[in-house]
Amino acid sequence: MFSSEFLLSMIVFLPALWAIPLIWFDGQNKESMRYWTVLGTALTFVLSLQLWYSFDPSQAEMQHLFRYEWIPAWNVNFALGVDGISLPLVVLTGLVSLLAALASWSIDKHVKGYMMLFLLLETGMMGVFLSVDFFLFYVFWEVMLLPMYFLIGVWGGPRREYAAIKFFLYTLAGGVLMLIAMLMFYFNSFGPNGEGTFDLIELARIAAGKGTAVRFSESLQLAAFIMLFIGFAIKLPSFPFHTWLPDAHVEAPTPISMILAGVLLKMGGYGIIRIAMPLCPYGAQYAAYFLVALGVFSIIYGAFAAMAQTDFKRLVAYSSVSHMGYVLLGLAVWKISEGKTAGADYWAMGINAAMFQMIAHGISSTGMFFMVGVLYDRVHHRDLNKFGGIAQLMPEYAGLAAVIFFAGLGLPGLCGFVGEIFSVLSCWNFDPTLAIIAASGVILTAGYILWTMQRVYLGPEYKGPHPEGITPFTAREKTVAYTLVVLAVLLGVFPNYLFSRMDKSISGMVQSMSHTYDTHHGAGANMETTQVR
Amino acid sequence: MDFKSLFVQFLSGSDSLQAATGRSLWLFLPELILCGSIVLMLLARLTSGDKLIPTHWFALLGSLSAFVMVMFQFWQLGINNEPYTVLFTGLAVHDMFSVFFRGFLLFFLVFVIALTVLSGIPDQEDAPDFYTLLCGAVVGMLVMSSANHLLMLFLGIEMASVPSYALTGFLKGRRQSSEASLKFVVYGAGAAGVMLFGISLLAGVTGTAEFGELGTRMQAIFSSGFGASHPAARIVLLAMLLIAVGFAFKLSLVPFHFWCPDAFQGASAEIAGFLSIASKAAAFALLLRFSLAVTSFQGGVIQGLSLMMGLGLGTLAVVTATFGNLAAYSQTNAKRMLAYSTIAHAGYMLMAVSALLVLRSAIGGTGSPTAEQMGRPVEGLLYYLAVYMFMNLGAFTIVALIRNQTFSEELDDYKGLVHQSPILAVCMAICLFSLVGLPPLGGFYGKFFIFGAVFDATKVHWFMWVVLAAGGLNTVLSLFYYLRVAKIMCIDTRPADARQVTLTAGSPSGMYLLLVTGMVLYLGVFISPLSRVAQRAAEAFL
Repeated sequence: MFSSEFLLSMIVFLPALWAIPLIWFDGQNKESMRYWTVLGTALTFVLSLQLWYSFDPSQAEMQHLFRYEWIPAWNVNFALGVDGISLPLVVLTGLVSLLAALASWSIDKHVKGYMMLFLLLETGMMGVFLSVDFFLFYVFWEVMLLPMYFLIGVWGGPRREYAAIKFFLYTLAGGVLMLIAMLMFYFNSFGPNGEGTFDLIELARIAAGKGTAVRFSESLQLAAFIMLFIGFAIKLPSFPFHTWLPDAHVEAPTPISMILAGVLLKMGGYGIIRIAMPLCPYGAQYAAYFLVALGVFSIIYGAFAAMAQTDFKRLVAYSSVSHMGYVLLGLAVWKISEGKTAGADYWAMGINAAMFQMIAHGISSTGMFFMVGVLYDRVHHRDLNKFGGIAQLMPEYAGLAAVIFFAGLGLPGLCGFVGEIFSVLSCWNFDPTLAIIAASGVILTAGYILWTMQRVYLGPEYKGPHPEGITPFTAREKTVAYTLVVLAVLLGVFPNYLFSRMDKSISGMVQSMSHTYDTHHGAGANMETTQVR
Repeated sequence: MDFKSLFVQFLSGSDSLQAATGRSLWLFLPELILCGSIVLMLLARLTSGDKLIPTHWFALLGSLSAFVMVMFQFWQLGINNEPYTVLFTGLAVHDMFSVFFRGFLLFFLVFVIALTVLSGIPDQEDAPDFYTLLCGAVVGMLVMSSANHLLMLFLGIEMASVPSYALTGFLKGRRQSSEASLKFVVYGAGAAGVMLFGISLLAGVTGTAEFGELGTRMQAIFSSGFGASHPAARIVLLAMLLIAVGFAFKLSLVPFHFWCPDAFQGASAEIAGFLSIASKAAAFALLLRFSLAVTSFQGGVIQGLSLMMGLGLGTLAVVTATFGNLAAYSQTNAKRMLAYSTIAHAGYMLMAVSALLVLRSAIGGTGSPTAEQMGRPVEGLLYYLAVYMFMNLGAFTIVALIRNQTFSEELDDYKGLVHQSPILAVCMAICLFSLVGLPPLGGFYGKFFIFGAVFDATKVHWFMWVVLAAGGLNTVLSLFYYLRVAKIMCIDTRPADARQVTLTAGSPSGMYLLLVTGMVLYLGVFISPLSRVAQRAAEAFL
């Protein structure tokens, strides 16, 4: 229907362009600005669906790929494209943004500024997922920072300033590391007569040593991987870089929490799949055991931390740490035995599972934050010990919330189950002990989620503050909740709908990386002379 | 020889000499135009003409026509394709680099004059003095940027400094202003004296003061090797150290930065902005020229000197950036905070010079840098300066505009400005985040180019890794205080008793601010146009 250039550029820039007319809106007419924003995010979502349907799942390569010269002196291109790895995340971003815009009716002060920053944020997120140029990726990565800082800092809870600056500092520190890694790749990609490049496809080719004169040395790959990993682990977030997350999630207003949990955390995982691993296969393999162990630790640690919380939102925030541990676990299960990749299929399954877990978590945790927000709008507190009996007052809400929380728990038939089970299964091939520990995390998850549901929804009557505020579910809230519930069930029952889109790209990546490792760094490396720069 | 006999000698000189002088005068025309407008301003005052036509029109017209002249020269240089012309028998040089800086300074002068008109800092009575000093300082800076002789180096620095002292103390009624000015004068005079001593040592050892000759002479003197045992080597090193003091003062590098916060706080925001941009830019132009001249002889012993200078400047850069950022954190006065930020940015920019000198020391050896690599530090520095002009000018403009309405420059009085004047707060936030170096604002690209050049230099010497790490760390450090201002303006609530601040986008001040801030955004999205010009200018040194 549209040309690739138009479609991808519009997905990225439509929200930002949509924000411009807001300048001339009457600041008092809040309702019109809210509908305008919802319209903008809805259009973006429709475009992302268009991308979903025009995507050819039988191809592993980037589709809709195009490049325009941006900074010729540094060979930086404005390059956008989509493959099986980024496609689900683009659609997820479109969906979560739309739902968050629908949830933004609770924002009542400075609506104009809020909506403009919100739309700008969406542009940043879309740009990150669609960039095929490292430099462009970095630019979009940082573009998200500013709106997020103000969205938390202006519209957040009581400790919003602290939370906002903490978020900003952590991400910027990670960004600086990424910048240095980016320079390392650029300056080591100079061919004998060619020029350096920021193109991710080209850089991955160089890392794979496919028909290029230069190669990234092992020490370079290792150093760059460490820097990139720290940068992305901050965003993921993985222990020990997760401490910004509970603060940011708790203080952010509900729609922003939804976006933080639903989309921003996925950027960490996406960065590892898209950049850290293909650009430094040697580094990724070198650190594989550590990464898996870190993922397992995050699962257990996040679950225990969640169990200890009395603040509802903080609990959900720590559950994110736990759930993102599965992502790290699934990504890293790259087993080498006798210098060869062993069981590449299991690894591909692990990455598939990690991707699925990201999408599933995008739906379940968006839903959980939304459910918390619905309650908070009514009773203005989040203390778990003061809830109880909500199910009797708001039966429909409680029923929908139960489905979402069960999806987070990983109940078979709902979306959370698929990602968890496959990442644990793929880990069995890597190291059974770690797989057993990871699997036991499921029990802890069930523990804290069931306990939470018991404390909040069950019980004879609500005794906390503001009982008069509890009003039935509004139509707008129902729309958001039902959408998420339906998706959670659909993905849980038909996981292949998602897997079929991702599988080709992921297995292509796994093949290429294991081939690179086996021939250049593994047992076969002695036969080839590796050029070390 | 008195002037008359000189003039007679010139008139009776050979045709070629006359032609050379004529050409020099022609290429020197922008400076002459500016001098002419200064004379006009003074004459207008003498004849009370400034009552009829406000003085700023003279200044504006003069600086604009000088700028147009430079643009014409830029165009001509592009056509003629001659790398450089030596003016006045070797005193100055005319090349792409000097044209870039003269264009930069004159363009900036136009902006500063426009700002002073909008904010009304000199009143009708003082205007001729003010603009005379302002244009006079710029003439000095123009001389600095095209100096090709040790004498011109000193002359340029002094010509730029003396009006700056007076401008700092221009708010005559304010005690703080006079104190700042005095501090500036004493410090400046001391630094100038030390520098002059260094210059005389250098000229004494090499027997020449021309930049073009310095490298060759040094090579001849140190043909047996450049070591501490060589008596002349010690003198040269001492001379370099003393000259570095002069530069460090002009660039407000630690530990010669003490004048900067006081001078900025005492001076009006417009003048502080002027000093933080124009005098830094001119000093960087001069520093580049001088350090490249000293190390111009490629191959052999001078490369040791180049490496030594590069590492020395690198150390200074690290210390300066770190100190500036740490000290800025606790400031409560907007101008003082921006002064420390200026110090920190001088540190970042110095990293480019350091990278260039370190790269230069590897010429001819293994891993000899390519022409592209050699051009990169200068290109990065020029891009950084150009963006820095807009973002810093934007920040100082906002300080000035707020001062005009609240009579305060304390950060506490900026609380919650976003609710009264969103445009001020948003523009300030853009300028500040550009100063941090966040994409897609211009500041990021300047920083990126410089970090790229420093990364290049890590192949020559490991110490550049320290510089690069310090640059990265400082970016994170600087976030604290820039963000604090953005937080005060955008997140805090405005106290009920605070003075009203209004600024509409349609007012002249509003449009000026939008233009300056818009340029910060523009330079963050469209990199190529300016980067190409910077590349051309950098080629002057290849």
